Amino acid sequence: MSFQLICFYAFAAIAVGAALAVVTVKNPVHAALSLVLTFFTTACVWLLADAEFLAIALVLVYVGAVMVLFLFVVMMLDLDLEPLREGFIRALPFGVIVAVVMLAEMLALIGVRSMDIVAPADPAAAAGLSNVEWLATALFSEFLLPFEVAALILTVGIIAAVPLTLRHRKGVKAQDPARQVRVDPRDRIRVVKMAAETSAVQNGTLPNQESSAP
Amino acid sequence: MPLSKTLLLTIVLAPLFGAAVAGLFRRQVGRVGAAGVTIAGVALSCALSLHVLYQLAWGGAPVFNENLYTWFQVGPFGAHVGFLVDRLTAMMMVVVTFVSLMVHIYTIGYMAEDDGFQRFFSYIALFTFSMLMLVMSNNFLQLFFGWEAVGLVSYLLIGFWFKRPSAIFANMKAFLVNRVGDFGFLLGIAGVLYWFGSLDYAQVFQNTLGDAAATQTVEIFAGHPWHVATIVCICLFIGAMGKSAQVPLHVWLPDSMEGPTPISALIHAATMVTAGIFMVARMSPLFELSETALSFVLVIGATTALFTGLIGVVQNDIKRVVAYSTLSQLGYMTVALGVSAYAGGVYHLMTHAFFKALLFLGAGSVIVAMHHEQDMRYMGGLKKYMPITWITMWLGSLALAGAPAFSGFFSKDAIIEAVGESHRFGAGYAYFCVLAGVFVTALYSFRLLYKTFHGPERFVVDAHHGHGHADHGDDHHEPGHLAHAPHESPWVITLPLVLLAIPSVLIGWFTIGPMLFEGWFGGAIRVAEQNDVLTELGHEFHGPMAMVLHGFTQAPFWIAFAGFAVATYIWLFNPGLTERTKSALRPIYDVLVNKYWIDELYQALFARGGIALGRGFWKAGDVGLIDGAVVNGSAAVVGRVSATVRWLQSGYLYHYAFAMILGLIALLGGLWWIAQAAP
Amino acid sequence: MIPLSHYLTLGAILFCIAVAGIFINRKNVITLLMAIELMLLAVNTNFIAFSRYLGDPSGQVFVFFILTVAAAEAAIGLAILVVLFRNRATINVTEIDSLKG
Repeated sequence: MSFQLICFYAFAAIAVGAALAVVTVKNPVHAALSLVLTFFTTACVWLLADAEFLAIALVLVYVGAVMVLFLFVVMMLDLDLEPLREGFIRALPFGVIVAVVMLAEMLALIGVRSMDIVAPADPAAAAGLSNVEWLATALFSEFLLPFEVAALILTVGIIAAVPLTLRHRKGVKAQDPARQVRVDPRDRIRVVKMAAETSAVQNGTLPNQESSAP
Repeated sequence: MPLSKTLLLTIVLAPLFGAAVAGLFRRQVGRVGAAGVTIAGVALSCALSLHVLYQLAWGGAPVFNENLYTWFQVGPFGAHVGFLVDRLTAMMMVVVTFVSLMVHIYTIGYMAEDDGFQRFFSYIALFTFSMLMLVMSNNFLQLFFGWEAVGLVSYLLIGFWFKRPSAIFANMKAFLVNRVGDFGFLLGIAGVLYWFGSLDYAQVFQNTLGDAAATQTVEIFAGHPWHVATIVCICLFIGAMGKSAQVPLHVWLPDSMEGPTPISALIHAATMVTAGIFMVARMSPLFELSETALSFVLVIGATTALFTGLIGVVQNDIKRVVAYSTLSQLGYMTVALGVSAYAGGVYHLMTHAFFKALLFLGAGSVIVAMHHEQDMRYMGGLKKYMPITWITMWLGSLALAGAPAFSGFFSKDAIIEAVGESHRFGAGYAYFCVLAGVFVTALYSFRLLYKTFHGPERFVVDAHHGHGHADHGDDHHEPGHLAHAPHESPWVITLPLVLLAIPSVLIGWFTIGPMLFEGWFGGAIRVAEQNDVLTELGHEFHGPMAMVLHGFTQAPFWIAFAGFAVATYIWLFNPGLTERTKSALRPIYDVLVNKYWIDELYQALFARGGIALGRGFWKAGDVGLIDGAVVNGSAAVVGRVSATVRWLQSGYLYHYAFAMILGLIALLGGLWWIAQAAP
Repeated sequence: MIPLSHYLTLGAILFCIAVAGIFINRKNVITLLMAIELMLLAVNTNFIAFSRYLGDPSGQVFVFFILTVAAAEAAIGLAILVVLFRNRATINVTEIDSLKG
């Protein structure tokens, strides 16, 4: 058993254990932290497969950005955790059965076809390139258009996230220059024309009539 | 000297020109102008037609058969306008234009007080044009054009007084019944084009000569082969049944008497209704191919000849009596066609045209004198008021009844003899019908004369009756009351009567020999040798005088005389007898008065049936099937399916996720299974 | 050297854990989102393994794009989550059934 294989088993074990923790722990913060661990160990596994750039990117992007976002959201929301755990025990056997069946099927498929595949030499090294150069060559030549589209998708994601979370608060005493400019005098004052006021005598009621009646 | 195109075109187009001027510029030309231009056109046509007849009969002119104008040409098929003028055509042209001219002149008097004076002249001139196109055609398409054009004019004229509901009903009825016939006619023309490969008469008749035409069969219903000639001829004859008002498509003709009397004379007695007869005679080479079709023609004709005549005996409307007599006489012509005596049919057509036009115009003259009273029960004793009408009507009736030496005698006797000679299926029945028909004809003819012109006056003259002539057209004043005493009609009415009376009396005598027995028609009528009953008769023909003398010893004369005697006894000497006879023969009388309930049958079967069918389709087809099943049904199905499927759409995210994962498991299982199966 | 099947097995195990997580944590949207991230990770692992063993950079490019989309998805998903919580004061999936017609 080579050192690489030992490392692989170790990392894989940690990743699987952390993944199990992600789906089972009660506290979402713990779950998120477990996920960070899963990502990290998986990045190590990727390193073993000579995918250095992606391993680093995974750590940077996921561990550094996405998971921080997760943690931020989890901590920011005032979650009542109890109802969310309802049915956990009830669903557990079913979920396990489904997962085991799927796993059995997948392993059967893997076992049928790929047990004896021998790894060739590192293709990047064989080409005399670093992994980054090797990947970048493909990315910026053959996959240039998808790359641009990916950039666009990210931009759309950013823009979409903004209006989704944007909120206009009521009762905030801030100036709105646009509304100030749009003001029209007719909205503020209304001039009403009406007849001049008439005196009581002309209306026909005599003030002294009341006193003489009884 | 051959006939020139210009001459023939002038004959056809002169009435059309008159019709166009009178119809389109009726305000500008006025009454006198409209009458003048149409009469001039028709007179020109008539004169030139006589010239054509003279050229063909005595001038040695060859038969004219040319296409003048090509409407369109599609591959080998061309639609042409062309004329085929032989002696048959020439005779028809003379009959049409002559009767038309008489009617034109007569109309001046008859329609003098009508607002639609110019319109009427336009129509009858247009009719003359259409009828000429029909008879002069050299192909089926143009024949059909003429056929429909005369139908159109007939429709317009029956409904001429379009403010009368009865007239509108009558012209609608005529139109619809004729559609039935025209449908058969169109199928027949299509059959001719399909099986004989052309619409040109000469070409089609040429093709009938081959053996293939006589023996070719087609299976309309599997296992029952029909001769194509039979199918084509029966279809064409159905067209003739509609136009010539044969049983059971006769119902429109009596009702067409709603139109003004001159057109009853011109269209519904003398010319248009004989178009069917003319057409069958023209198609004689085709009809000769099919014994079955001719038997069909024979039976239909015989039925029409007897049974419609019987209805005429019980009618009280003077025009309807004459109308039923027309039906009966058309039956005689059809019978003649049915026994292959085409010349006899056409001959009777010609004589009938003259005396029936005369009778109608005479009836019209009586109607004018009686201030548009048509009911014979309020007439009687008119002979002293209108002697010319009286005498001419007598002459016409004698001709109709077949008094010896009158024109009707020759033509009708020839038909009866021809039927007697024939051995065709149905000839025995036809012989009985035509003989019985002779009695019936005499009966109603003299009944009409006696009730109208003889006996006591059954009307009252109200001298102080307020309003004048002009108002009498439509209003229903009390029957039997006249504002003025009846008087003889003006010369424009009596002149045509006299001019028509002359041929009614004489023409039979001069034409029977050549037309029936001496092959005067030449190639126009073709009769197979074994069917040629007229030639058989010709062996016994020794001139008209001999025929007249011989006629006195024959059954038809005595039968007609019996009819005359019975009519004289009942309606002249013993008027009270009619009521007693009526009550004694109540069931028969009811059958006849109700015209065998054929109108009611059609009303119930086709009108109600049509409505019921439409209602059924509406309820079941439209509301039930289309609206219910297709439109609302598809919506309901979608709704019901959705209501069921909706149960799956719980709205909970994890249900969808669960479904997705189940699908994934199934997919993986499938892949695994495939991987197992693969080596 | 590590055989290909090891990587694939690791991916499969991670994926099945994520599936199980979706089932047992079906009320908590945050955990659901995390399970989805876990699934994507499993898939990415497979891509990288195949890329390595086939000597083809396309697999790694795919992973690159998946990371991109997943980041965007996480951002928008969390934004939706925040809005949802603000409007409904809960992230309980069983209470979010407005999809039902």
